[in-house]
Amino acid sequence: MSAAIGNTIVSLPDQTTAQIPKRNYINNEHGLLSWLLTGDHKRIAILYLISITFFFFIGGAFAGLIRLELLTPQPDLVSSDTYNKFFTMHGIIMIFLFLVPSVPATLGNFLIPIMLGAKDLAFPKINLLSWYLYVIGGTLTLAALVLGGVDTGWTFTTPLSTHYLNTHVITAAMAIFIAGFASIFTGLNFIVTIHRMRCPGMTWFRMPLFVWAHYAASLLMVLGTPVLAIALVLVALERIFGIGVFDPTKGGDPLLFQHLFWFYSHPAVYIMILPGMGVISEVISTFSRKRIFGYTAVAFSSVAIALFGFFVWEHHMFIMGVSNYSALVFSLLTMLVAVPSAIKIFNWAFTLQKGSITFETPMLYSFGFMGLFTIGGLTGVFLGSLGMDIHLTETYFIVAHFHFVMVGGMLMAFLAGIHFWWPKMTGRMYPESLSKLAAVTTFIGFNLTFLPQFILGYLGMPRRYHAYPPEFQVLNVLSTAGATVLGVGYMLPMLYLAWSLKYGAIAGDNPWQATGLEWQIQSPPLTENFTETPIMDHEAYDYEWLANKTKKEVTTVG
Amino acid sequence: MDSALATTDPNMPETEVHAEHEHVALPQHRHHFETEEQQREAGSFGMWLFLLTEIMFFGGMFFAYLLYRNWYYPAFAVASNQLSVPLGTINTAVLITSGFCMAIGVWAAEVRKKGVLVAMLLLTTVFGLIFLGVKYDEYHEKYELHHIPGDSFNTSMFTNPAGYGIKEEPLAPDMAQKTQIFFFLYFAMTGMHALHMIIGIALLLWLTWRAQRGDFSSGYVAPIENFGLYWHFVDIVWIFLFPLLYLINRHPLH
Amino acid sequence: MGLSPVLWQFLVKWLHNSSLFPAEASGISPYVDALYFFLVMMTIVGTALVAVLLLVFSIRYRREKNPVATQIEGSTLLEATWTIIPLAIFLVTFVWGALLYFRIYNPPANAMNIYIVGKQWMWKAEHPGGQHEINALHVPLGKPVQLTMISQDVFHSFSIPDFRIKREVIPGRYSTVWFEATQVGTYHLFCTQYCGTQHSGMVGEVTVLTPQDYKKWLDQSTSGQSLAQNGERLFASMGCNSCHSGTAAARGPSLAGVYGSKLTLTDGSQILVDDAYLRDAILNPSKHVTAGFAPIMPTYQGQLSEDGLIDLVEFIKNMQSNYRVQQTFVTSASGESAPTTPPQGTNETVNP
Repeated sequence: MSAAIGNTIVSLPDQTTAQIPKRNYINNEHGLLSWLLTGDHKRIAILYLISITFFFFIGGAFAGLIRLELLTPQPDLVSSDTYNKFFTMHGIIMIFLFLVPSVPATLGNFLIPIMLGAKDLAFPKINLLSWYLYVIGGTLTLAALVLGGVDTGWTFTTPLSTHYLNTHVITAAMAIFIAGFASIFTGLNFIVTIHRMRCPGMTWFRMPLFVWAHYAASLLMVLGTPVLAIALVLVALERIFGIGVFDPTKGGDPLLFQHLFWFYSHPAVYIMILPGMGVISEVISTFSRKRIFGYTAVAFSSVAIALFGFFVWEHHMFIMGVSNYSALVFSLLTMLVAVPSAIKIFNWAFTLQKGSITFETPMLYSFGFMGLFTIGGLTGVFLGSLGMDIHLTETYFIVAHFHFVMVGGMLMAFLAGIHFWWPKMTGRMYPESLSKLAAVTTFIGFNLTFLPQFILGYLGMPRRYHAYPPEFQVLNVLSTAGATVLGVGYMLPMLYLAWSLKYGAIAGDNPWQATGLEWQIQSPPLTENFTETPIMDHEAYDYEWLANKTKKEVTTVG
Repeated sequence: MDSALATTDPNMPETEVHAEHEHVALPQHRHHFETEEQQREAGSFGMWLFLLTEIMFFGGMFFAYLLYRNWYYPAFAVASNQLSVPLGTINTAVLITSGFCMAIGVWAAEVRKKGVLVAMLLLTTVFGLIFLGVKYDEYHEKYELHHIPGDSFNTSMFTNPAGYGIKEEPLAPDMAQKTQIFFFLYFAMTGMHALHMIIGIALLLWLTWRAQRGDFSSGYVAPIENFGLYWHFVDIVWIFLFPLLYLINRHPLH
Repeated sequence: MGLSPVLWQFLVKWLHNSSLFPAEASGISPYVDALYFFLVMMTIVGTALVAVLLLVFSIRYRREKNPVATQIEGSTLLEATWTIIPLAIFLVTFVWGALLYFRIYNPPANAMNIYIVGKQWMWKAEHPGGQHEINALHVPLGKPVQLTMISQDVFHSFSIPDFRIKREVIPGRYSTVWFEATQVGTYHLFCTQYCGTQHSGMVGEVTVLTPQDYKKWLDQSTSGQSLAQNGERLFASMGCNSCHSGTAAARGPSLAGVYGSKLTLTDGSQILVDDAYLRDAILNPSKHVTAGFAPIMPTYQGQLSEDGLIDLVEFIKNMQSNYRVQQTFVTSASGESAPTTPPQGTNETVNP
């Protein structure tokens, strides 16, 4: 360690002599086929990373078009039909093809085996199959888009989706069905790996919180996704045969679809956010050089979120005429599910206390996450409260709320994670000052985009509106302006991360001086991760262990 | 720094570190598992989890069935009386026999009796095919009676049962329409079940081929065991479907 | 809230005038807004708390100032604190919200009723006096108004932000919402549930009139026939009166005064006769057969529009005796016989 205490912990090897390790998972085999047929969890993670980035920018382009249309109150840029297809595509792509696989399929896939001291996930072939299913699902989505689009909204509300639209609903439903199985297989693989593949000494309470969060999310993926699958199968069958399971004129119950759909789609938001929370735990600990405050509380709050998450789906249906008593029960459970999130936030905040904090880019994104997720979570309490929900639901308030959680929360966490583990995945550092600029730009752009939408929501502007009353224009213009800034904020990492692949500084094994097992091996790792099976003889986030280990290396090697 | 570091503490006893080097004899052992035992446990654990997702998948349809049965009880009672209990019973017996053969097959694989294993897998397949044959016959009958939901669905059998020689109370036209929902759920549920059987039979043929080749004769039986779990799961789904669809509304004494 | 009423008024007016806050134009608006401000305060305080913690810790324990971190396991006391305090706040919110929910969705007994039919992509309001409006709704000031709503096709949602009310309008079943307007003026009416291509065109205006103006408006826009009168005609032309004639030999039960009573069905269960029940009994008669009668009534699914059903419901609601039913039966029987088995109706839904 250097003598002067600086404001960074980054410790890179001497750039004049340092080299990327000769043998690693990237250059282990060559050729496109060696990637397309790989069983290596790290390569599959990279394949996933490339594909979700692709879909993120397509989904983002639709978001841009939506904001552009909403710049003026009149429906002037595109026709209503087209506008409806825009937000449907934005929703389907962002949720099923970006947010659900974002952290688990990329960072989770890459890191979980290494964090557990295993050589790979339990089922490498199923892991690869999962990526192919994802690609097929993605391709079908694009096919639905190219053939003329879908305009059901991502919620596929019946009987609109079953009897009143002539767009490619079945193609889109198939796409989600197949992409759903990709996520089931990822979850299944994680659960089996976490149960059965931990290295000697890796007890449940020595696992990094990143793994705990993924365990909870995987439970949701495995148990929730099949219900969505069957709901979509029923929608497709109803469209093909015209029988009336969801059609009231034939005796069916459209609310049944709502129940089946939200039984998955509410837990789905926890599938999206939990892995992000895992990232935050790792980042906060590393950059404050401190064990996570209340490790067990944070671990169990993940599991609690997963459990409660299954019993709150009806809060999407409060105004649909569900019985008063069930509304009461579901509102109460919704209040309970908010508590574990509060526990996490405070534990992270108190992890900083008496730490030795530095402010590298991942930490900035994590601070962004904590602020925005707090707002997102607390505005969720508005919607869980029965009387308030009546006025706010189906307005821009909802839109702002879930973007605060999904974009302000999950996307911030995803970017924090990508920056944090980029040196491990590629062996090279990203440019620090440019990335800090991107983090700040994203934060400002985000708030400018979505804060006005809370006000719009309380004013009553309905979501999914192509045209709106002129008095809402000022706030909409602000929102669109913010979206532009946000767009720049997302383009930047894309560009400089690509740049850093070739020109970034060599990172070395452990640029952050972090404690996780993944930081104790070379960057990029070997195909088999570890030359010898590691033995976990310390708690997670044990910085004293790390200091001792470094000292020993210095004395033996240097 | 550039050497790949093992995370072992140098103070740890050497023996533990090198436990993994007792290398494994079987070619089917995958390198990323420490031991065969671990691989086997992971495999069956994964299979159980997969079956859990299948339960959730069928669960959605069971939920829909219960809801509509509650709403349209008369329609469900009459429509379910049109299903053939003898055929259903035969199919149940066939499927249980098939499951029994599968169980014997798993045992044969574990005691490394190749001949018995292959024979049992073939028997399992044959009984599976018989089940599907009977199911086809039942579907065909429904087709001829216009009981397939859709535009050509015909309710006259339920509004005028006497005309068809059936001893049932006639249903009012609006309630008779609801039999369509019963038949839709009948086809969706048994169809999904049949789809699982078809996938199972394809897997069975592949496993039979591998068993004949001798893949499972040397103590590596995980695929047979895991497939056995799947096949029994498919049986169990039927064990729930049969009473729900065929038996539950019957009142033989009225 | 501890705010004085004057300050409260000032705050709301000021926000409203800068287009940042909707008008408080209904009786429940102030109650909703009170909860809203409470929750906004909670969010601001909560976020500020997190921000202050982050900021203070970041300054005090930055690496330059605190080069070596002190490891802390955690603290059960603190964990309990930040479990119990948020839980308590959320539970207060729950109770408050639940009370508000019942206030918003339980109409007072003296509310006047207006029917709303939603269809792709318009709102149709039907007043009991027979006044019809498209994408508009006229209501009197200071009188509770209940809306009985149904959709003819897909899910819609009826929302008047300035009244703080909203309810899903569902195909196949009536849903209701009520309000009491407290300010004269015109307000937005939105469909908030995505319902297809022209979703954003399914908007209208709610006009609140003083009782005098409202009466004037009612008189000007009457179509001459009240809903009940329309229903009476339908009752005769669909042949309902041939069975529901109220005579001793009638094949169907008498409907006079049936609204609001408790019926015993063949399976022994008791059911309250309300709008939803009447509608369902016309469309799915065999689901609810009155004790003592055979299940012979044909279904009218596909033959009656939602407007027609509303007319019939309104007619049966107001039917006090069978006198007029028997009168019309005599006249219609002498003319042309009412169809007993209606022809198979056309399918209203569009197959994909």
